[in-house]
Amino acid sequence: MKRTIRIASGQGFWGDWLEAPVRQVEAGPIDYLMMDYLAEVTMSIMQKQRSRNPELGYAKDFVPLMRRLLPALVRKGIRVTANAGGVNPMACANAVLAEARDAGLNGKVAVGVVTGDDLLPRLEELLARGHALKNLDTGERLTTVLDSVQSANVYLGAWPLVEALSRGANVLITGRVTDTGLTLAPMIHEFGWAPDDWERMAAGTVAGHIIECGAQCSGGNCMYGWERIPDMHDPGYPIVEAHPDGTFVVTKHDGTGGRVSVPSVTEQLLYEMGDPQDYITPDCVADFTTIVLKKDGKDRVGVSGIQGRAATDSLKVSVSYLYGYKAVGTLVYAWPDAVKKARAADKILRARLDRLGLAFDELMTEIVGVDATHGRLAGPPDPEIAEVQLRVGVRARSRAPVERFSREIAPLILNGPPGVTGFASGRPKVEEIVAYWPALIPKSEIHPKVEILEA
Amino acid sequence: MTSKKSRKATKKVRLLELAHARSGDKGDTANVGLIALKAEYYPILERQVTAARVAKHFRGVIEGGVERFTLPNLRALNFLLHGALGGGGTLSLKTDAQGKVFSTALLRMEIDVPQSLRV
Repeated sequence: MKRTIRIASGQGFWGDWLEAPVRQVEAGPIDYLMMDYLAEVTMSIMQKQRSRNPELGYAKDFVPLMRRLLPALVRKGIRVTANAGGVNPMACANAVLAEARDAGLNGKVAVGVVTGDDLLPRLEELLARGHALKNLDTGERLTTVLDSVQSANVYLGAWPLVEALSRGANVLITGRVTDTGLTLAPMIHEFGWAPDDWERMAAGTVAGHIIECGAQCSGGNCMYGWERIPDMHDPGYPIVEAHPDGTFVVTKHDGTGGRVSVPSVTEQLLYEMGDPQDYITPDCVADFTTIVLKKDGKDRVGVSGIQGRAATDSLKVSVSYLYGYKAVGTLVYAWPDAVKKARAADKILRARLDRLGLAFDELMTEIVGVDATHGRLAGPPDPEIAEVQLRVGVRARSRAPVERFSREIAPLILNGPPGVTGFASGRPKVEEIVAYWPALIPKSEIHPKVEILEA
Repeated sequence: MTSKKSRKATKKVRLLELAHARSGDKGDTANVGLIALKAEYYPILERQVTAARVAKHFRGVIEGGVERFTLPNLRALNFLLHGALGGGGTLSLKTDAQGKVFSTALLRMEIDVPQSLRV
């Protein structure tokens, strides 16, 4: 058994810094490259892409990235865990295999494909057998929105990835696997941890939580001493040095920018936190109130003491469905009386919308520079303020009123208050709203599938 | 019930002087993790920055209630601000639809600390 494995975070979301995974592979030693591509909104976008072209529906960036990295990954023996497969992991895997062959890496790349998370084809069947897939927030039954469902995926945990690793895969491509599972799986595989070793499951899960958002634990978006964090043009993305006993160190490559410190890691631990004693994943329930952080040298934070409990017998399902439409329009008002003019324009706009008899679920006004982010907590605006942005948004179940709203912004330039500018981007775009429906399903209903495909 | 003497012995400081923070979203709920800048500040935060105080601070800004969890191991408090994000996720029309800067909105809050506390 290895005494230490180094798991590096290369992407915190689909759209993250393209250089990060390359730096992780080239700037120092690592054993695993972990990349998280999936947010809730991503799955429905990918679903839409697949419905137009059955060869799409995954994180397209992943393929050219693998083309760039595969020779070095093979040479150095680095394995990849990535949920880049989205709603079409097999198509993603085939595209990566084609690149591997093209690069002359035949016989050297084994892609492990994890599927079984896509419940869209099974929804009717699951409902018919009495799984109501009730909305965890509202308690409503899924049947109320069934006709507008766009995608449905269950969050799988680390174990299917462990199987793929033990069968020799060196590039793991999954659909909706938890962010934390991508980091926990290599630890289970390398250290032979037992499924009911809840402390170690929790330790690997916490490690995954710390590095799943990329640089957000190594100096990015870090409030603590942000001005003194060095070389942020080249932030070192985080690396977990994991030990068989479940303790680990968070660090980054020497010679990179950013900072790994107790405050930077603490900020990330609290990101999107609910009840800290009850961090539920498919693999365990982790207790964040037991985490002990300790500085372990420059840009090194030791993590220990983590307690965990048995996993629950259900899995979370994320269903996306077409909810309605929205649009946001903006105009900029300049000194003098910028705020007063923006408020007057808003009043005029609302009167016109009212007169048109348009019905919205919501009509929202913000004045950027005054109240957009902190509301009344920001206090009264500076009367001499140089400019503000009027930002008005609407939401409705049907498209027509939102469409009509989108034509009511531009006229204000000529027929509203003076001192107005900033309409270069044209009419507000009417956007479809794909909303989320969180639900639970018994684990016994879900059967992950692991396939190994060789280049 | 503050006596004249004890009132004299305290001063008002913004949480910005005592803590750093990070926030995120889960549906229509924003979470704010509030982390003491020094170990000696944590008991003060735990005592004063209650769920009720935070709910009062965000009155008119959020629509739902406030829950608080303590993480003394990280000298941190975690707040859940319900009904904070205009419907949350993709439904929200707000600039801060994902609650990213509720963190600093909380740091605007003022609390009383002993006059002798070095900040």
